[in-house]
Amino acid sequence: MPPPAMWIVGIGHKGVTIDPHVQEVSKVIDDLGIQGVDQIECIKVYAIIGTPTEKEIKTICKKLLVDQLIQYHRYTSPEGSLLDLIIDKEENGTWLALIQYRPGVTDPSEERIKDGIRVLGIESVYSVTTASLYLFKGRLTNQILETICEKVLANDVIQVHSTCELGRCNKSNLGIYGAPTDDASDKPEASSHVLAEEISICEAGDADLMSISKGWRLSLNLEEMKTIQKHYSAEGRNPTDVELNTIAQTWSEHCYHKTFKIPVETDDEKINGLLKTYIMRATKELNKPWCISTFIDNAGIVEFDEEYGIAVKVETHNHPTALDPFGGAGTGTGGVLRDIMGVGAKPILSTNILFFGLLDTPHNKLPKGLLHPIRMMKGAVAGIADYGNKMGIPTANGAIFFDEGYLYNPLVFAGSVGIMPRTKYVRNPQPGDIILVVGGKTGMDGIHGVTFASAELSEETQSLGSAVQIGNPVEEKKVLEGLLRARDKYEKPLYSAVTDCGGGGLSSAIGETARGSGAVVNLEKIPLKHRGMKPWQIWISESQERMMLAVPKENVEEIIKIFEEENCEATPIGQFTDTKRLVLHYQDEVVGNIDLEFLHRGVPLLPRQAHWEREKFPEPESKEKTLGKYIKLILSSPNVASKEWVIRQYDHEVQANTIINPLQGVHCDGPGDACVLKPVVDSWRGIVVSNGANPRYSIDPYNMALSVIDEALRNNICCGGRRIAILDNFSWGNPERPDQLGKLFDAVRGCYDASLGFGTPFISGKDSLYNEYIQEDGKAVAIPPTLVITAVGIIPDIRNAVTMDVKEAGNPLYIVGETFDELGGSHYYAVRGFVGNNVPTVRFKTAKTNMDSLILAIDAGLVKACHDCSEGGIGIVAAEMAFAGDLGIHLELGSVPSKMTQNDKILFSESNSRFIVEIAESRATEFEELMHGAVCVKIGKVIDAQKLVIDGVDGEVIVEEPLNALKEDWQSTFRW
Amino acid sequence: MTVKTIVLRVDGTNCDVELVEAFRQAGAQTERIHINELIREKYSLEEYHILAIPGGFSYGDYVAAGKLLANDLKYRLRKDVEQFIDQSKPILGICNGFQALVKAGFLPALDGRREQQATLATNDKALFIDRWIYLKHENQGTCIFTKSLDNQLYVPVNHGEGKFVMKESDIQRLEESDQIVFRYVNPKGELAGYPWNPNGSVSNIAGICDEHGTILGLMPHPEKYIHRYQHPFWTRLSELEFSGWLPLFKNAVDYARRRFL
Repeated sequence: MPPPAMWIVGIGHKGVTIDPHVQEVSKVIDDLGIQGVDQIECIKVYAIIGTPTEKEIKTICKKLLVDQLIQYHRYTSPEGSLLDLIIDKEENGTWLALIQYRPGVTDPSEERIKDGIRVLGIESVYSVTTASLYLFKGRLTNQILETICEKVLANDVIQVHSTCELGRCNKSNLGIYGAPTDDASDKPEASSHVLAEEISICEAGDADLMSISKGWRLSLNLEEMKTIQKHYSAEGRNPTDVELNTIAQTWSEHCYHKTFKIPVETDDEKINGLLKTYIMRATKELNKPWCISTFIDNAGIVEFDEEYGIAVKVETHNHPTALDPFGGAGTGTGGVLRDIMGVGAKPILSTNILFFGLLDTPHNKLPKGLLHPIRMMKGAVAGIADYGNKMGIPTANGAIFFDEGYLYNPLVFAGSVGIMPRTKYVRNPQPGDIILVVGGKTGMDGIHGVTFASAELSEETQSLGSAVQIGNPVEEKKVLEGLLRARDKYEKPLYSAVTDCGGGGLSSAIGETARGSGAVVNLEKIPLKHRGMKPWQIWISESQERMMLAVPKENVEEIIKIFEEENCEATPIGQFTDTKRLVLHYQDEVVGNIDLEFLHRGVPLLPRQAHWEREKFPEPESKEKTLGKYIKLILSSPNVASKEWVIRQYDHEVQANTIINPLQGVHCDGPGDACVLKPVVDSWRGIVVSNGANPRYSIDPYNMALSVIDEALRNNICCGGRRIAILDNFSWGNPERPDQLGKLFDAVRGCYDASLGFGTPFISGKDSLYNEYIQEDGKAVAIPPTLVITAVGIIPDIRNAVTMDVKEAGNPLYIVGETFDELGGSHYYAVRGFVGNNVPTVRFKTAKTNMDSLILAIDAGLVKACHDCSEGGIGIVAAEMAFAGDLGIHLELGSVPSKMTQNDKILFSESNSRFIVEIAESRATEFEELMHGAVCVKIGKVIDAQKLVIDGVDGEVIVEEPLNALKEDWQSTFRW
Repeated sequence: MTVKTIVLRVDGTNCDVELVEAFRQAGAQTERIHINELIREKYSLEEYHILAIPGGFSYGDYVAAGKLLANDLKYRLRKDVEQFIDQSKPILGICNGFQALVKAGFLPALDGRREQQATLATNDKALFIDRWIYLKHENQGTCIFTKSLDNQLYVPVNHGEGKFVMKESDIQRLEESDQIVFRYVNPKGELAGYPWNPNGSVSNIAGICDEHGTILGLMPHPEKYIHRYQHPFWTRLSELEFSGWLPLFKNAVDYARRRFL
């Protein structure tokens, strides 16, 4: 057999149709103001490695790779070079850019293409790698081309690019990875034996301990290193690299959430753990019978009805997104979907809430290696769309915020909701049960993800490619299909426990599940992507699309067969025991033998100080007249403007359960408050999902917490949701700084008060701390304290669900709730260049009465439209309701319940617990009687004219704007 | 005996469950079957009267949308599929299923030639799009799925590679042989550009059938609108204004019942 060789195939776009991808690229290049590019062409490159004949290559091109109606193809023999693909191009003025993945970064398409080649009956190909070759014509320089690659075509964290002018190129500056000489082309099955290394810590001094922690990127502090030293000295030996890494993973902020467990000392009190003292305590005190599982499992679970349960989880994936927006945000979604699968539920909804720097940030202000907010946003959105759409999970709820504080640290909160038969929920692994790893192979991607998550970003971390993970949603879909079959084949699931391999990889998945029992794992049995991985790398790798199952011996064969039928790998790698130890073998050697008690309880929890001083900001003068221009300014500001461009990239109909869409109204473009799902075919019962977040309120973290919980509940109630459970997700700066911890402390207290005040329990939560960036000058920049609340309610009959678009001229409009002088952090102040101070608070008693009455009105079918009255205040909300319904609105501020007398304050205050409601004219009195006891006043009506008219407190017209102008302002910002 | 529908799934199929539900409501006994079970001959296409290929991202849509699935049908199941077609059993391909049928050459199969004659390319806007759009039902009676359907219908599209491309001359022949079933139109029922034609399809083509009318492929998702509350603004509509897509599935089931039971 001849030695393996590399054939290069190029697929280009025929002239007959435009290449949309190229169009997008040239648009972005123009937007960046890069000049000199006249023409762009993109050639998809496949490097086919093996021993195929030329005839076979021809077959592969014609039958698999090329679509002859719109594409042409060329190939080169092993002797040839990439340049042979473009021999017909004239040399002068043509520049080339070759983009490909770094070696070791796995491109999910390669395995599928190999399968596709086998389907053609060709067995002589053993690996395929892909690349993109861009041809540019114009007045260009290497410098310009480098900029284009850096800012448009390639992400250096996961890709490499090479450029040259045609005529000056040769094989060396256009080399393709995966050539038979390269490591990347090694058959992944092959794995060389590498020993575990002993780390000498027993005799080490403090300095050495810290340099070990840094050198291994363990993010363990001195106290923790000393605790480990003490433990191993007692065991009379040093830890292996496998053991030390396992401990670092388990004790990491990401896995252990130290900051929420340690004692915290403020100026006037000392509490023992934020989580226990506040968040979990609220749930405990409320003690709702419909909460099935809270805080302990991969996801929180509440009752849907007698038969089904709802599983909910929200995760953050901030640091990976900062490095690779597409991969980071996509795998954030993939990860949270696995959390839902990790309790045996089927994901039926994906949500995401994103935070980016200001879109108009000048490029020259970006530190080296940092991506521009626009690119971050486009990449993250594309990644979320790619993962959710391919998994077939509707993405129907979310939000996007912009603030300069997120320039260095974008935030991604990915959430998911799932449904499951309540009887199928098991978590009961027994000694003797077999440990199966199912799904993707294990690779170098995502090593040290969780310890990296507790480190601040800096220029240096931008080059931390190994922390980035590449997603493969179809792999995860196969795991899901297999898992559901294993769950449902018999009355009881074929597994005794299931969990996600997320942060910490197998080390935390198995370590957690073995808690209280024990486990033995044979690391060499774990299927690998590349050869030469060390045992500790295999053990802590965070490669995506993997889950761990505990399976009673007698079911192993059957369950493996099920996964095999889904083309999904399921491999026994060990067994649960009762030894209270986690024993790790690599072939016949023991590379780790960890005391589980120490692993899970040994982490030292030192008290930390919490203290911060509130800043006082100037207050603006009141404005009385022509407030229309501020309504238009707010509507067009990125935080309020229509996100339709984003939302339409997400599939919100897949699974066909979506009853209330994120885009509402007569033109399907109004901003909905929540989404409603009807998950069970023969039941009208629905799930209502909404969220709340508002970093502009972080000047007062306590009231921010109250406000965002109120907002999440409001949004839910607007569509008819009640019996609401909530999830908390904190993204904060470095909690070792007293001021950061002080603000966190206040926010958590707010969570407790609001949870009890509204009677809405927390069922799950997550935190991502250390969201800071160390500038070159060593100064740390923290994000604005950010709390995201996700609310999950139910609606007994989805036929009563309500949308926000006004329905009929003549119908009266009511406001529910009182308006206070609470414009601190408001959009109105923001567009006027102020911050202000008095952040909206919540008056729980009246708030609850208002909300409960409104739900009764919705169930009685009285409510035609209902919209959350918050961001931007009454004027903005009315404008949105009007243009979504294609009908005008006339309001009288004089009728708005408020002690204030200034028009602008009444119009733009963002006081909580308020709704604007449209009622059928004929049933107005019925509504008023029903709302008796609540704060609810008629403030205007829907009119048969295409304008928004608002009268001031003295009856004079202070706003009169045509709807189309308002809508244009609102839509044009993101018409990308 | 009842009509049996097979909803064929592969790795990455994700609109199979709702498609099963649509056929069940249309009165067919419907099963989700993984293609492996046909290839390994655990089940056989022969046992079924209707073949439905759902939307999704078969094998990740790598290389091109539906291409790898198309090659499965072409090189691993060709005999069974061709026999199915020759028996005039209905085949429905929605979104990714449509892409596969076209790239495998089973649609439009002008002159009965089963080779690729058209394609579904990346949307002009180069992005996945989720949007409700209007379809004009243009078929003169050849297509067994769409008899008695209204001539304008509302339906969601959810795809990134839905731009129908075919030689001008071939499109003429499609028209002559009554193989064009749906065109994208604006609310007034006129041919129009983006966003009403969401992907830039040549001559606004959204769905086609073969010359016998027993194979239908379309990019939009009729299975996503079979009850009133799936309509994107049902809260504005009266009970009377509901016109879902169940008739399309019923037509296929009725045809199969008349023909094969």
